[in-house]
Amino acid sequence: MGIRFILMVNKQGQTRLAQYYEWLTLEERRALEGEIVRKCLARNDQQCSFVEHRNYKIVYRRYASLFFMVGVDDDENELAILEFIHLLVETMDKHFGNVCELDIMFHLEKAHFMLEEMVMNGCIVETSKANILSSIQLMDKAH
Amino acid sequence: MSSSSTSIMDNLFQRSLEDLIKGFRLQLLGESNFISRALEEIRREIKVTDLSTKSTALHKLSYLAALHGVDMSWAAFHAVEVVSSPRFQHKRIGYEAITQSFHEQTSVLLLITNQVRKDLNSANEYEVSLALECLSRIGTHDLARDLTPEVFTLLGSSKAFVKKKAIGVVLRVFEKYPDAVKVCFKRLVENLESSDPQILSAVVGVFCELATRDPGSCLPLAPELYKVLVDSRNNWVLIKVLKIFAKLASVEPRLGKKVAEPICEHMRRTVAKSLVFECVRTVVSSLSDHEAAVKLAVAKIREFLVEDDPNLKYLGLNALSIVAPKHLWAVLENKEAVVKALSDEDPNVKLEALHLLMSMVNEDNVSEISRILMNYALKSDPFFCNEIIFSVLSACSRNAYEIIVDFDWYVSLLGEMARIPHCQRGEEIEHQLIDIGMRVRDARPQLVRVSWALLIDPALLGNLFLHPILSAAAWISGEYVEFCKNPYETVEVLLQPRTGLLPPSIRAVYIHSAFKVLIFCLRSYFSAEESTLSFSAQEFSSASSSMNAFTYESILNLVNVIELGLVPLSGTHDVEVQERTKNVLGFIGMIKQDLAEKLNLQDSETEVFRVTAFMEDVFSEELGPVSATAQDKVCVPGGLELKENLGDLEEICGEFLKPVDSVSYTDKISFSVSKLRIRDQQEASSSSSPPHEASSLLAEHRKRHGMYYLPSQKDDPDSNGTPNDYPLANELANEISPDPFNPKKKPNQSKQRPVVVKLEEGDESRNPPQAKSNIETVNDDESLSRAIQSALLVKNKGKEKDKSETNPNSGQQEKEESSRIEDHQNSEKKKKKKKKKNGERSSKHKSRGRNEVASASEQVIIPDYLL
Repeated sequence: MGIRFILMVNKQGQTRLAQYYEWLTLEERRALEGEIVRKCLARNDQQCSFVEHRNYKIVYRRYASLFFMVGVDDDENELAILEFIHLLVETMDKHFGNVCELDIMFHLEKAHFMLEEMVMNGCIVETSKANILSSIQLMDKAH
Repeated sequence: MSSSSTSIMDNLFQRSLEDLIKGFRLQLLGESNFISRALEEIRREIKVTDLSTKSTALHKLSYLAALHGVDMSWAAFHAVEVVSSPRFQHKRIGYEAITQSFHEQTSVLLLITNQVRKDLNSANEYEVSLALECLSRIGTHDLARDLTPEVFTLLGSSKAFVKKKAIGVVLRVFEKYPDAVKVCFKRLVENLESSDPQILSAVVGVFCELATRDPGSCLPLAPELYKVLVDSRNNWVLIKVLKIFAKLASVEPRLGKKVAEPICEHMRRTVAKSLVFECVRTVVSSLSDHEAAVKLAVAKIREFLVEDDPNLKYLGLNALSIVAPKHLWAVLENKEAVVKALSDEDPNVKLEALHLLMSMVNEDNVSEISRILMNYALKSDPFFCNEIIFSVLSACSRNAYEIIVDFDWYVSLLGEMARIPHCQRGEEIEHQLIDIGMRVRDARPQLVRVSWALLIDPALLGNLFLHPILSAAAWISGEYVEFCKNPYETVEVLLQPRTGLLPPSIRAVYIHSAFKVLIFCLRSYFSAEESTLSFSAQEFSSASSSMNAFTYESILNLVNVIELGLVPLSGTHDVEVQERTKNVLGFIGMIKQDLAEKLNLQDSETEVFRVTAFMEDVFSEELGPVSATAQDKVCVPGGLELKENLGDLEEICGEFLKPVDSVSYTDKISFSVSKLRIRDQQEASSSSSPPHEASSLLAEHRKRHGMYYLPSQKDDPDSNGTPNDYPLANELANEISPDPFNPKKKPNQSKQRPVVVKLEEGDESRNPPQAKSNIETVNDDESLSRAIQSALLVKNKGKEKDKSETNPNSGQQEKEESSRIEDHQNSEKKKKKKKKKNGERSSKHKSRGRNEVASASEQVIIPDYLL
């Protein structure tokens, strides 16, 4: 399946974005988010960005006040996922101009749209910033 | 934000999502209050017919559901309504809601099929993409089946944007509806040759997933993928292709030879660490037979290991652990880096290093490595300390202690572990101590010595985690008491008042061991006495000669000590402790008289002598390891019905087995049982009691179904002596004879490895539970792979025909191909499209026909191009 879910959580543990690529009930989601956030928040900067959780891995990175966490299958390339997270952040930065947490909160659908362009069915399908941004801009213009 | 009732403003103007968010942020307390009020609003607004209001309400609801865990399944129908709006804004909101909240059980799922179909056929590519995204996330079997034709069309779309997404969706469609493979596979494969990197990336991603599920079915596509591997400069694509080849190469080893060189080339040239890592991982997992590739990979791993970046260090260790089983030299080369990593800050890195060290362990270095690890354990935090202890324990005990040669050293190591402050692995240590005692005869003296040290250490009594170890120590002291230096002291230690700190179950073991020691002492004393006569008891003289001589006074003293120690316990609440205490005190009661009177103790007729001999007999049977399959070896006694179903019981007990509404149910049962007893007693004692109606019915019942009744306390003529049908436990132990010894004699070692008893089968009683395989997914995978295989077969056969047939016949072949696809298409328009496409395709096929010469047979094999 590749990517199972993508989360953006701030340092206080509040979820700002949650995108799941497999069906989980509300309770499962809440429990999952709680556990993972606790694990990642407990780690410091000198430790590696990979955490094992049940039968998959979490790759995470902190940008300012926001944690970006991606849950992947065991055989996924962790470094590639880290690059993917960076790509996502850069894309959002370019679109919003100096993106911050508030931007994501108020323009959640834009963030979702960006993610949808990049990841389909749990596989990374688009890695070019230009392509992603152009399609978003076109869509905005058309409506 | 205020808690007052809704104002006119609120009623007239619907709050947008932005307002909601703002309001939420301003909320300091009462979050749930805020949410419930918002929900009320939403419920009102969403029922309105105006689509704009409805969609805004839905939008807010999706937001709350996504981030605050609010259930939105009740709004499913409204989502369907919103999606049908012609406005893109609304559509988007509707689709988002659907994607987020719909799942297999949503009842209104059927309603969206048409809408999705309409949107898939829409001219507006963004609407198409919304629909595709929706399908990819919530696609069910029915949806996939109904929408396969549309997906097929989109796979051929001229807009790359749409094509890419259609490719992405294909995987889900295949998964849920394997028949779609027949339709869509060709187009999918064509895209492998696409020059557009976006498309290529998507296609390769799909094949990556397919290869993971069933590598065999993707094998025929190896040539195309090889080209991608060599030509592509896009790292993402390369990583995915590498993954595919990793899976394929494990199925088809010849493939490995071909791809090893390009992979090494990539490793050498690229700067991107992620690509290097993927190459390394591919090499060590699937190409581990290619020495050159492995060497290069290990060199790269070394580079990772010496980096400061914790990510790279962790991944380097990870890769090293994959390569360890086959190429231990790689691990040994990097031994210092691994040991250094043991003290790293990152717990993940430490764990990886630990696992690596354990993979290096063998007979020669086990003591050295254990020494290093014990030092680390003392310095580490509790979690890591226990991890170390656990891994040492499991590595050493694997395969009945295969790597241990010097058991004396190992047993003292176990004792040392018990003293590590953070140790929590008491149970495992207990298990091993007892296990070694049973299997390795020569280690028993050392075991007794170590147990003694553990028993006298007062600090251990207070540590909850170590109580199991104390239990083992006590058991060993009792069972192998013949190796004890000073049995009297042992008894004192076992019965000291401090043992009150222990839980009752362990105290019971202590008391029982004291009993065994007592018996041993008595027996030795008697045999010592006997040997003064002409009779020499060989087995005891050797032991007793090295111990304090058993004098009459010391025996008497011993008995008194035990009695003193145990009398206070005879009133304890715990059943087990009380029982053991009473056993011992009872025994002492039996022998005390004779002992006190110092009768002629040589007389073998005395009570004390007989009783002692009897008990000694009980304890002298050596306990050995019991195989896990021992139970199966017990033959079922004849006439025992195990497989008959209990349907007959309905007939018999029907009136008793009524539904449990009232308490009278249990009353009835107990009533009838007690009646039975009364009945039996009446029958037995007198035969003149006038039978009540109920009891006569019961008697009737009993006559008819006598075999189902339990035997009564009196002599029951029905009982056929069932207890004797099962063989006695002692007999069983004799049946399970230990394996013929295989002494391992190492020529240059000063000390021989002692004999370790191993059982033939069922030895590893601590197998981890087998991972339960999900039968459903296995079936799905199978059907999917079968579909792929047949699709590829069709493809190959088609190419075959092209090659052998000349042009005039191609028209006929076109018709054949189109008729095959016609089964799946309903509309004429699509048929025409197919014919045109087939024309294109067959010309392509001809140019590639050369390559497909070898695939004449039924089986799908790799064409000559690669071999």
